[in-house]
Amino acid sequence: MNSAMTAHQPNGPGTAGPAPDSPGAAADAAVAAILAAAVRPRPGAPRGVVVDSPPGAGKSTLVVRAARELVAAGERLMVVAQTNSQVDDLVDRLAAKGPDLTIGRLHASDARPAPEALRHGNVTASGKVGDLLEQDVVISTAAKWQWVKDVDPWRHAIVDEAYQMRSDALLAVARLFERALFVGDPGQLDPFTVVGTEQWAGLSYDPSSSAVVTLLAHNPTIRPHRLPVSWRLPSTAAPLISSAFYPYTPFRSGTGEGERLLTAAVRPDGSAVDAAIDEAAEHGWALLELPARHTVRTDPQAVAAVAATVRRLLDRGLAARSEQGTTPLTASRIAVGTAHRDQAAAVRAALTALGVPVDQAAGPAVTVDTANRLQGREYDVTVVLHPLSGRPDATAFHLETGRLCVLASRHRHACIVVARAGIAELLDEHPSAEPVQLGVAVKFPDGWEANHAVLAHLAEHRIRLG
Amino acid sequence: MSLLTTLARLEAVRSGRAEPLATVRHRHLSERPMVLVPLATAGEDGAPLAVLLGTERAAPKLLLVPQPLNRTQRFEFLADFAAELLPYLDSFAGEVEQVEGSEKDPETGEKIPVLRELCADAPQLIVPNSGAVRHLALLGRSTRFRRTAEDPDPGPYPAPTRVPLLGRWLTHLTDRAQVPGSSLLLPMTGLLARHWATGQSHLEDQHLAAQLAWHFPPDGWTGARAAERAETGRGEDGRLLHPPAGPVTDPRFDTLVLAPAITRHDAALAALRQAAPGEQARAELHLKQAHERLHGALESELLPTWRDLWQGLDLLRALPPAAHLTERWEGDRWSYTGHRDRLAAGEPPQPRRDDAVTAARKLAQREREQARLDIQEALDDPLAMAGHRLAGEAFSGTVTAVELEYDTSGRSAKPRPLLTLATPDRPHADPGREVHRAGAASAQKAEIVAAAPGEVTVRVLSGMGRKREPEPGSLPEVGERVVFTLFELTARQSAPLPEPDDTPWTHGGPPGADRTPPTGPEDWE
Amino acid sequence: MNVSHPAQAEPLAQRLAELRGATPQRSLDARALAALAANPGCRRRALLDAAGVDKAAVAQQLGRPAPFGQSPFAIARGNVFEARLKSDGYAALLGPLRRLLGLPPEGGTPPAVPDLLSRATPAVRAERTREVLAAAAADPTGWTLLDHPMLRLTVAGSQAYLEPDAVVVHGGRCTVVEIKSFPVLDGSADPAKVGAAARQAAVYVLALQETAARLAGREPAADPYAVDELPGSPALTVLLVCPKDFSNLPTAEAVDIRRELATTRRQLARLTRIEQLLDTLPPGTTFDLDPDTSGAPGRPAEELAAAVAAVPAAYGPDCLAACELSFHCRDQARCADSVEQLGRGVRGELGSIRTVTRALAAAEGTAPAGAGSTGPDTDGGSSTGPDGDEATDEAAARLAYAAALRAEALGRPVR
Repeated sequence: MNSAMTAHQPNGPGTAGPAPDSPGAAADAAVAAILAAAVRPRPGAPRGVVVDSPPGAGKSTLVVRAARELVAAGERLMVVAQTNSQVDDLVDRLAAKGPDLTIGRLHASDARPAPEALRHGNVTASGKVGDLLEQDVVISTAAKWQWVKDVDPWRHAIVDEAYQMRSDALLAVARLFERALFVGDPGQLDPFTVVGTEQWAGLSYDPSSSAVVTLLAHNPTIRPHRLPVSWRLPSTAAPLISSAFYPYTPFRSGTGEGERLLTAAVRPDGSAVDAAIDEAAEHGWALLELPARHTVRTDPQAVAAVAATVRRLLDRGLAARSEQGTTPLTASRIAVGTAHRDQAAAVRAALTALGVPVDQAAGPAVTVDTANRLQGREYDVTVVLHPLSGRPDATAFHLETGRLCVLASRHRHACIVVARAGIAELLDEHPSAEPVQLGVAVKFPDGWEANHAVLAHLAEHRIRLG
Repeated sequence: MSLLTTLARLEAVRSGRAEPLATVRHRHLSERPMVLVPLATAGEDGAPLAVLLGTERAAPKLLLVPQPLNRTQRFEFLADFAAELLPYLDSFAGEVEQVEGSEKDPETGEKIPVLRELCADAPQLIVPNSGAVRHLALLGRSTRFRRTAEDPDPGPYPAPTRVPLLGRWLTHLTDRAQVPGSSLLLPMTGLLARHWATGQSHLEDQHLAAQLAWHFPPDGWTGARAAERAETGRGEDGRLLHPPAGPVTDPRFDTLVLAPAITRHDAALAALRQAAPGEQARAELHLKQAHERLHGALESELLPTWRDLWQGLDLLRALPPAAHLTERWEGDRWSYTGHRDRLAAGEPPQPRRDDAVTAARKLAQREREQARLDIQEALDDPLAMAGHRLAGEAFSGTVTAVELEYDTSGRSAKPRPLLTLATPDRPHADPGREVHRAGAASAQKAEIVAAAPGEVTVRVLSGMGRKREPEPGSLPEVGERVVFTLFELTARQSAPLPEPDDTPWTHGGPPGADRTPPTGPEDWE
Repeated sequence: MNVSHPAQAEPLAQRLAELRGATPQRSLDARALAALAANPGCRRRALLDAAGVDKAAVAQQLGRPAPFGQSPFAIARGNVFEARLKSDGYAALLGPLRRLLGLPPEGGTPPAVPDLLSRATPAVRAERTREVLAAAAADPTGWTLLDHPMLRLTVAGSQAYLEPDAVVVHGGRCTVVEIKSFPVLDGSADPAKVGAAARQAAVYVLALQETAARLAGREPAADPYAVDELPGSPALTVLLVCPKDFSNLPTAEAVDIRRELATTRRQLARLTRIEQLLDTLPPGTTFDLDPDTSGAPGRPAEELAAAVAAVPAAYGPDCLAACELSFHCRDQARCADSVEQLGRGVRGELGSIRTVTRALAAAEGTAPAGAGSTGPDTDGGSSTGPDGDEATDEAAARLAYAAALRAEALGRPVR
């Protein structure tokens, strides 16, 4: 029984509530309020502004706008992101959208920035912050910022992907700014550590918890803002993702039914793979289901099914029509998501064997990566190897809500999930005797409920293979 | 659990004996460890019942609380415990070496050389299991704030000075035990499980006697059968043949033996208090007998574990020490020396809970030490490296070709030789990926040029000296076995954190008044 | 096999009673209901618990008794603590409760503590609790403390009676109070114990939701995240009362049990599948211990073992800390050579390989299926036998590779 879904639909997008305004108007209002709070804080306002952004809700656009408005208001600012690729992405975007800005890319000595970030005339890269102090915006990773010393604090900072930042990283960099705009997606993967941290559980500043959790605990006057509209997720996906992963903070799709279309030039060949592609093209979702069996992580048949699906996606000449126009579905607009690195490696090998490009450095290619690395990314079509496929047991890792959320929310058009049958039974038999730490807020939704909600929805779009 | 560990466990199921998980010993073992078996009172984790301890196998010392609910007796026990343990801990404080270091001059900001004392050796506590570590941490928490007669306000129950001192040491040692690879306080179950696999799960390995049973099954018995007897075998009297290693006692022991013995002791004590002058001697004798009985009961419950611990040490000592043990033990010596110095400087006891900066520093230290431990174990032990090879994070092979090439893009040509390796391994390595040569004379980086099943080609980038030709011996020769890792072979430094007094607004600002130790009513009652 | 017999028409409760036979019923209490979530895949445990079979007695008779027991010291400490809480008109409870409910610390009248007929039968007590609860919920200002109330919960068609430590009613809503004797030290407590307490409290909350819905003449909401607003509805945060630090003074902590509540609902919903389990049993199966007049079991162990074996178990080493039958099931798992004896986690790497012998055969390259699959040191030709399948071969190949690496590192001959 798909209780989480049905229960939340009344509050969900489109169906109820006084929503006379269009998605665009609602989103604009939210963004305006955020910019006002971040750029023109009223006297006595809290020093932090927090923005919760569901998948594809325009987080990057917001960051670029906030940066431009702050600079326009005569400020210089620092930007903190979590990974080098996030920083490079942001530099690229900011430089393209704000040719009038001067941008400093601060990098570690052993990590050269990506060429996309350096191709702009208004970007300066350096390993020393002293070289970049005159720039309007200085961008780097939290890890690099932690080593910066002997500088006057910036008046403003933007912290991107703040929910993926650990509390201890914020502790180390907070001395560098006076106020900050924290932007992130609470539904994605939590930060983690490989060592024991039980002794700090329940402390507001538990160093292994998310930076935003600590910030909010110590600054109770900060009321998080919310971006209410996902521009990425199509109308077929937003209600499911919202109810399954954001039960208490619903959002809706920026596009309506029929506004995103995926059409194939080549007729289906009668195979299950083609049937799954057609199902996904029509409904936004497909579950390509292999017969139940327990397998190792790199289940060769599931990997082959993933690879075959990608191959057919390319061969069938799909076109993606959206509010941004019609574009052919090329390799670079497709991603494959897995839970584990060895699964990604196996898929890459299988795709290479089918002649599908997977090496980004060598030209347009299909992205094949784990959920961790797909965070913040966007594609037209995704093919997902379900984290629980073929597993004899579900672990906390495989049930983690954020993992499934990332994998199921990267697409603008359609998502095809490849899985072995039997996941429902596996979930059913999963022991749930989780320990409870006093003083630690329970995270919702529960991984079990979220997995179940997604699975119940996928079951309506099931195509059996073999 | 890695597949290699699973495989070793599978082998142990078949052989009925523990199977090796290491070729060397990965933890430092002291020549003079303090072996310690603590027991807690059932239903009250922090209430001590007894401890058996000592540095000599033949001379364990038993301390006990005759009535665990009696505050005075508990305090006496803790004072006795301190009197036994502190001299051992202190005995390492005297012999020091001078180590050159550098310190930042607070005014000029320049680094100036300083000499620092480092204790030549450090104490080592060996306990049965992680429960014992937790119990010692509770004892530390319950005693380090105890007020003494020397306090301005000694309170109604001042303790001898050594009791809060014991608490501070136990807190330090149990906290240090959280650092991966540290060896000041080690649980035997963990030590054994790191070096040998049994044919049972890691949960069952928490039972010390059951884990050891896989090493010493009786003739004709499998480890599984011997372990089951250690877990559940009972004698005619209903008591376990092998008592649990604590800190929790067997409830049946509590019912059948301990509770009656305590009642008898209570009664004897009461009788002595009320004894008429003429009956004093007899009542004293009764009390002595009751105490001996209690002593005997607890001793018989603790001695089997005592023997197990020494047997475990025998097993571990038979393994050759890993190459990096001395280096890691030096970290433990610094930890010990640091605490010695804090005590000498009269610093207050460790707070109840860490402040934001301290917590972050400890987490950074643990992560750094975990990374260092993983690297060092891999370098020290081919079986540990095998785990990385299986995971695609390292590859080992025989050099089949060395081709000297040069990078001529700079002012002077630099050697950039190509090595081709025949390897059964399949590293998760795309071309361009940086790799590191294990066991090279000096750190040597290379990058993957090509990787195909059975063969990997890398280009060596460093560690060949400064000249045009690689230093002799800096490159492997054809036919030599080499190992490359995809992970770096030195742990990264942790990023600096602010001082606690500079805790930023995001983390609640500097810790305030709550840093002072509690002076409210005593916790005990 | 389709065995049709009249039992199919019998109500579930009766069929379960037949399984139990003459042995006294172990009633399904909150702890047992909460424990259902510990291993929901275990049909053996589900069936025996549903039938109220005394698993400890069965295990004893099978020769592998459960090693659980409670020390007299622990019992004494629990009793002392609870008595202390009740002294002074439950004052120790009310302060923390007021904080939790966001009420001013002082003021108001002391709580009413109605007599709940503690000596009556469970059914009478449950009825009495229901009345008192209804009356208390209708009083917007007063405080009512239900000391050991009796709640009813419908479980798989039959009635289970549950006895929380306390329920406090105020402002038309009630809050479950769970009293435990493990300490809260510097604001934190053993997470495993808090988790168990939360699961137990969730059962009470579920029963109270059912009660409130009945009082309002409605069905309880099905949504796991829904909050009922009916008179007498329970809060989804419970109050855990424990000794503070090393003292006997109580401290109270609020525990959000929404997650545990969702789990409990799910597990109880599954219990209805007991009927399907019953249908798979051979006719005449019973766990009756056949006690003689003194209560000593007369059932031969082999017969009992056969009956137990008729229901499949899902053994894992974590059972050892939670289930009375676990030592028996472990022995069976060992006899069956199953890999689960090493832990549930190992299966993730072994794919469809289920026995130790097969896993080791694969490691040594002598596995029957996919025997030609390669170790890293053989020459790489992958041949899949006629019955071999790729997924098993993959696991076997990895095992063989691991075995070769292990042999090399240990200086053993590499196969």
